[in-house]
Amino acid sequence: MAAYREFKEISPNASAGAKLTNWLENRFPTAFDAYKVHMSEYYAPKNFNFWYIFGSLALLVLVIQIVTGIFLVMNYKPDAAKAFESVEYIMRDVPWGWLIRYMHSTGASAFFIVVYLHMFRGLLYGSYRKPRELVWIFGCAIFLALMAEAFMGYLLPWGQMSYWGAQVIVNLFSAIPFVGPDLALLIRGDYVVGDATLNRFFSFHVIAVPLVLLGLVVAHLLALHDVGSNNPDGIEIKGPGKPVDDKGHPLDGVPFHPYYTVHDIFGVSIFLFIFSAVIFFAPEFGGYFLEYNNFIPADPLKTPNHIAPVWYFTPFYSMLRAITSEMMYALIACVVLGAGFGVLKAKLPGFIKGGIVVAAVVAIALMLSIDAKFWGVVVMGGAVIILFFLPWLDCSPARSIRYRPGWHKWLYAIFVVWFVVLAYLGTQAPSPVGERVSQVGTLFYFGFFLLMPWWTRLGTPKPVPDRVTFKPH
Amino acid sequence: MKKLILTLVAALGLVAGAHASEGGMAWDKAPVNTTDTASLQNGAKLFVNYCLNCHSAAFMRFNRLKDIGLTDQQIKDNLLFTTDKIGETMKSTIDPKQAAAWFGTNPPDLTVIARSRAGSGGTGADYLYTFLRTFYRDDTKATGWNNLAFPNVGMPHALWQLQGDRRAIFEERESHGQTEHVFKGWERVAPGAMTDQQYDQAVGDLVNYLQWMGEPAQNTRIRVGVWVLLFLAGFTFIAWRLNAAYWKDIK
Repeated sequence: MAAYREFKEISPNASAGAKLTNWLENRFPTAFDAYKVHMSEYYAPKNFNFWYIFGSLALLVLVIQIVTGIFLVMNYKPDAAKAFESVEYIMRDVPWGWLIRYMHSTGASAFFIVVYLHMFRGLLYGSYRKPRELVWIFGCAIFLALMAEAFMGYLLPWGQMSYWGAQVIVNLFSAIPFVGPDLALLIRGDYVVGDATLNRFFSFHVIAVPLVLLGLVVAHLLALHDVGSNNPDGIEIKGPGKPVDDKGHPLDGVPFHPYYTVHDIFGVSIFLFIFSAVIFFAPEFGGYFLEYNNFIPADPLKTPNHIAPVWYFTPFYSMLRAITSEMMYALIACVVLGAGFGVLKAKLPGFIKGGIVVAAVVAIALMLSIDAKFWGVVVMGGAVIILFFLPWLDCSPARSIRYRPGWHKWLYAIFVVWFVVLAYLGTQAPSPVGERVSQVGTLFYFGFFLLMPWWTRLGTPKPVPDRVTFKPH
Repeated sequence: MKKLILTLVAALGLVAGAHASEGGMAWDKAPVNTTDTASLQNGAKLFVNYCLNCHSAAFMRFNRLKDIGLTDQQIKDNLLFTTDKIGETMKSTIDPKQAAAWFGTNPPDLTVIARSRAGSGGTGADYLYTFLRTFYRDDTKATGWNNLAFPNVGMPHALWQLQGDRRAIFEERESHGQTEHVFKGWERVAPGAMTDQQYDQAVGDLVNYLQWMGEPAQNTRIRVGVWVLLFLAGFTFIAWRLNAAYWKDIK
């Protein structure tokens, strides 16, 4: 709204502070409006619990990563001959460089911990349900951008794991039929990972992806503040028929500032305590945050015995490894079962059933003719992409886990256990038992999401209250 | 031609060794204490005298040794063999091409060796402590030396004058149709300048130094960390009470 605004006059007896505020408000009212819309008059449900801290923490970690990143770039050299050396230079010769570097490396892992918990919160309380689908979709896009950011950042120290991790992942693209090899060449800029790769990854890591990330974060927050926050009860606090006070503010909401700002300062201080404990006392975190092999400079002639991505990629890496040519038969069986169910059991018009049969036959033909490696890439990508569809997969009558049938909690618990098992297996060297377990895990992961339209409708939900449940502190 | 064959044999040995070291012997616990300056200084002396001939520590500056209680003058007089500038990094004078010809590979840089060698068997220091104490005579190898922690290693026993000459006694054992060599014990061939205890002590100091050199800021890191956590604990308390003060009105 760029409508003309009345110029506000202020009493000449007003304090200097009030005069300055008035001067600014007359010249930059947008900032004052934004402050009201997003802070002092943004009403958030008052019943937020522990799970609601991770959004603010993700923003904090983003800022930490950007600020430490700026300082790292001052001394880092994106040159295959100098990159490893320049990181050690930062660790040794740059005053407090070790602290900046550890903050950045620990920050990367912290980012994923916080984002995984933030996403799981959305899953628990149905935060992606109508009208918050776009908030969720922007969030998933942030997750995708974050994965790209982390992957490309990991190449920069130019250690053995940086090098071979990038080599393995970029090679995956060459499994795509027809365009694969050229695509992999385009990403690398060379026939093997080399100086050209390092330079382009550096460029993407420090400018391209962060810009996308920031844009998405802004969209995520604007969309959230347009539709309002969900809460652990999964019920709306704003809208027609909802209780309001005499000023029209929701009774079940509190202004974000100061209530959730002090709340978040408390949460941030606990987070910083844990974060600092890792930085100062266990920056390698047992080889999970900084892999031991990455202290060996990249050597294109020496492949490490065991190449493992950093822990935050391992659930998806496990799913990639789970897709063997043997596993393809299991997947084909799933397609046959799915199509058979659609044709025989579902109430659909004939032409759609015909379409299902044709699609299934084509899918099976492709699955038999294209190498399993490609389908592994599809599964790994699909495991992330499927999250985008969650708002339409979940058909549960109650949004929040609190009012869903009790067994849903168990199902979510099993989902978490599988996710952790997949993550663990991804850090380990391949083994026959691990392969089988990861295959079951992969089927469970996809089953959980793809069968959601079915299982979320089962059982009777508990009565959902009209007002949020809140116990005064 | 003979040199070429020896190189090939050594290179093959390295490949096999890298594989064998995966399941290798259990590592001994290294006596690491990076605040023990006497031990670190002795380790630095051993490092400069024995390791720096073939290995570099190309990211470590000589004057950083001031952090372990040495003065510029002491460093200049006692430790500066490869360069005359105290701000220079520890670079070995070995010619990489010759090194590759002699040992089948370039001796790896040792700056962060203690960080890179950690694994499921223990810390990198544990590995190095075990590795440097399990060399033995093996005339079938190009260098005449072999190692229990890193079988078929390309590196000869650089500290043999200190430890003396030893042979390893293996027992042949049939297992799953394959003959395995199981280590039974040591047989002394010639005594070294040190007793076994003195040698363990010296290697302990050397490994302690390598551990410190891998991250010279580590003592500072821990010292600062204690203060940071104390501050954050206080801050958390205040934030907790501040939060409670604001929220007490919300019914």
